[in-house]
Amino acid sequence: MNVVKVVGKNNKHKVFMYALSTCAWCKMTKRFLKDNNVEFEYVDVDLVVGKDKEKVKQEILDKGGSLSYPTIVVDDNILINGFRKDKIKEALEL
Amino acid sequence: MTTLDEVKRRAESDAKTYGYHLNPDPAFLKDLLEGLKSNEERYGYPSCPCRLASGKFEFDRDIICPCDYRDPDAMEFGACYCGLYVRKDVYESKTSLSPVPERRPMEKQARAYSMADVAEEKPSEPIASAKKPSDVKLKLWYCKQCGYVVFREDPPYICPICKAKREFFAELQMRLDMFS
Repeated sequence: MNVVKVVGKNNKHKVFMYALSTCAWCKMTKRFLKDNNVEFEYVDVDLVVGKDKEKVKQEILDKGGSLSYPTIVVDDNILINGFRKDKIKEALEL
Repeated sequence: MTTLDEVKRRAESDAKTYGYHLNPDPAFLKDLLEGLKSNEERYGYPSCPCRLASGKFEFDRDIICPCDYRDPDAMEFGACYCGLYVRKDVYESKTSLSPVPERRPMEKQARAYSMADVAEEKPSEPIASAKKPSDVKLKLWYCKQCGYVVFREDPPYICPICKAKREFFAELQMRLDMFS
């Protein structure tokens, strides 16, 4: 599975994002995090191949997420579904 | 190969026909159109850029743009799930869109994840929902209000002809004596 790491100065929180390479909301979220210098990792689920896809699905569901994108996990315990700027700002103290 | 302009023209023409507008944010719109173009190139049809497709037409039929969920989503939230099509009042108010919750049933979403395993699937595995495209059962549905007939897995949420709600659709049972 190809997890991409984006380095940023703002790295006090662990941010992981499940995204789709074609999704406009996901692109907007990636842009927003980059603009705010947030360090984060993401995986474009549509580019995941074979059985890893099912694994990703289980991972998202186990974390209490739904299969819509982007799904953002902050510090392994805060789950944000969709590009909800206010929620992201709150969780990342931006 | 489909060009970005063709994807845009197609979306514009559909928006006009059904009384919608395309997303007023040029950067957002460009991302959406590029996503549609990528999907058309890799799957052979423009499935929703914001949903995971299986790559099997039968499984993705409901999320090929304009998706089956556009009309009810636009009615309730002012835009479709990905934000490509927006309602006139939302377009004119210039307010920024909020994410639209996913309406597509979970069992249909899940199909895109298990597709990769179909080839190596063991016969003893319990089948939770349709795993093979051939498991998708198509039926004839008719709108009791206007008579529109559609051959799909489920009836439309809203009749594309007369705008009647899903409750107005009934399964069309065909009998041989109907033709005698």
